[in-house]
Amino acid sequence: MSSQKKRDQLILHTALTAGRIMIENGSEVERVEDTMERIAHNAGAKTSQLFVMITGILMAINGEVGAQIEPVKRRTFDLEKISVVNDLSRQFAVHKITLQQFANQLDHLDKSTKYFSFWLQLLSAAMVSGPLEVVFRHNLPDFWITCVVGAIGWLVFYLLNKFIQIRFLSEFAAAATIGVLAIWSVHLGLGNSVDDIIIGSVMPLVPGVPITNSVRDILAGNLVSGPARGVEALVSAAAIGFGIAMVLQFL
Amino acid sequence: MSITEFFIEVAGNYVATIGFGILLNIPRRALNYAGWIGVMGYFVYKFLVIWGGGYVIGNMLGAVLIGVASLQAARIKKMPMILFNIPALVPLVPGGQAYQMIKYFALGQNATAFVFLIQVVMISGAIAFGFLLSELVNRVQQRVWRHRR
Repeated sequence: MSSQKKRDQLILHTALTAGRIMIENGSEVERVEDTMERIAHNAGAKTSQLFVMITGILMAINGEVGAQIEPVKRRTFDLEKISVVNDLSRQFAVHKITLQQFANQLDHLDKSTKYFSFWLQLLSAAMVSGPLEVVFRHNLPDFWITCVVGAIGWLVFYLLNKFIQIRFLSEFAAAATIGVLAIWSVHLGLGNSVDDIIIGSVMPLVPGVPITNSVRDILAGNLVSGPARGVEALVSAAAIGFGIAMVLQFL
Repeated sequence: MSITEFFIEVAGNYVATIGFGILLNIPRRALNYAGWIGVMGYFVYKFLVIWGGGYVIGNMLGAVLIGVASLQAARIKKMPMILFNIPALVPLVPGGQAYQMIKYFALGQNATAFVFLIQVVMISGAIAFGFLLSELVNRVQQRVWRHRR
């Protein structure tokens, strides 16, 4: 294999891995296209052709290797990885790192997951629920119980997502749990208003990433990926709604 | 709105935006900016509603401010824009209305439910349109910025 061919292979591998990591972790399509094009350009490819979709990437460069496909199978929200890929791409653009280092760091990034600690995430789920309940409903006495119910709801979501890995089912179960706990806590006299507790507690489950990306993708002219994200957001919202509605039937 | 209420809302929005950011695992150095953008977006909405602008215009301009401020934050911090605008959007989400809609549908009071359904659709549309407008502002600004250099 000639060295030129090896080099082209490496460019394709780097750009495709960067693109896959970004889509997997919730980036919008335009940013992925932009980053991949920059990587190819900075690595010395004269032209590059891209086809980026939410379920897979196709890329070709003018060189000795053919076009390659990279499927995108899982989908999580980890915005830190997008930021890291962005930083690496910037460093590569100013020649701080070589292409080989870039590829190695991407492979390393792909394997590692560096989330905030579990307890901090649980605490922040509580800190999303309680304050937003106060902001939306001005119901200060229910602040603490909303924090607790929101944290437990998020815990159910987190655990189920870890073991069954179907986001929509986890959201449904978490919403149903929140409904039951809210009604129960009012029965026990811990809270005053079922409505306010539920409104605050479901906020950590809001599908913020798909909503935002869907709008931005449609604006950028990605008429396949944008609506696909929109459907993702809509199904999430429906799953949460059905979870709550099912509990309210027995009110 | 009393002054205590104002401070409670500032603190609540700031903490909630940062909390949502942590759940999405955004990098530590982006958290503070995201929190303040969330507070600003919510207060544009809030003040417009208080001054009689209506909730649709309020949500739209709130989303415009979030979009424009996020791009500035992204430039200053040299990080992707979505780290800032996704958490900042959370205080504008029509959670209350969506819940009321689900509740009245579940209880079989469809007429009341439709009122809330229309509100949810209007607010979501307003936020989406607000993002569209902010993108427009950002692109015009980028043009001018590039032109000047």
